[in-house]
Amino acid sequence: MEDLQPDRTLDCTGLFCPMPVVKTNKEMKRLTGGQVLKMIATDPGSIPDMEAWSKQTGHELLLSQEDNGTYIFLVRKRE
Amino acid sequence: MAEKQKNKRLALVVSKGTLDNAYAPLILASTAVSMDWECGLFFTFYGLDILNKKKLDSLKVPPLANPAMPIAVPNMIGVLPGMTAMATGIMKKWMDRAKLPPLRDLIEIAQEGGAIFFACTTTMEVMGLKKEDLIDGIQLAGASTFLEYASESEVNLYI
Repeated sequence: MEDLQPDRTLDCTGLFCPMPVVKTNKEMKRLTGGQVLKMIATDPGSIPDMEAWSKQTGHELLLSQEDNGTYIFLVRKRE
Repeated sequence: MAEKQKNKRLALVVSKGTLDNAYAPLILASTAVSMDWECGLFFTFYGLDILNKKKLDSLKVPPLANPAMPIAVPNMIGVLPGMTAMATGIMKKWMDRAKLPPLRDLIEIAQEGGAIFFACTTTMEVMGLKKEDLIDGIQLAGASTFLEYASESEVNLYI
């Protein structure tokens, strides 16, 4: 899954709630259904927040992974 | 596979006009619209300061009777001139460090996302506020309007 090539990448490093979710949602509007966004964050709250956001919006969270204080997410836009 | 659910709704009563009490509802509102929720905020009493063009950019953190202040300040000291500015300055510095956007940005995000900002006409009258005193995009309303809106919402909070 980590090897999946995202269609767009969004860097939310250094940002805290609500900005990673707000920016992710805005970025999703630039994608078409089925395309994948990679989002990078450092807010530890972003792991549960992105899960909740995915559930509420219907965009599929393909990957949610911590790597040394950095959180990486892959989201597929719903059709 | 994530499931798309019916859009939910958040209804907030915003009754306080200090800097900290302005961020809480606006963070919730901007998050709600980012999760495709409907959102309505009813601003009443001091909460109207958040919509007040002249006050929005200068909301303060109270040093008095606030044991959770950034730096512990005895009330005896907190009454002194300049203490409110100091408390506010420290909080703003902390907020900058966390890259928290200005209140106006959060308002814009919420409004762009379709959040409805209601201003309570009763407290506008009490506080001598006219519609022109408020930022753009505000709906004037009373309690019935908000209660009807809130009656169809999944999450209701009083802040």
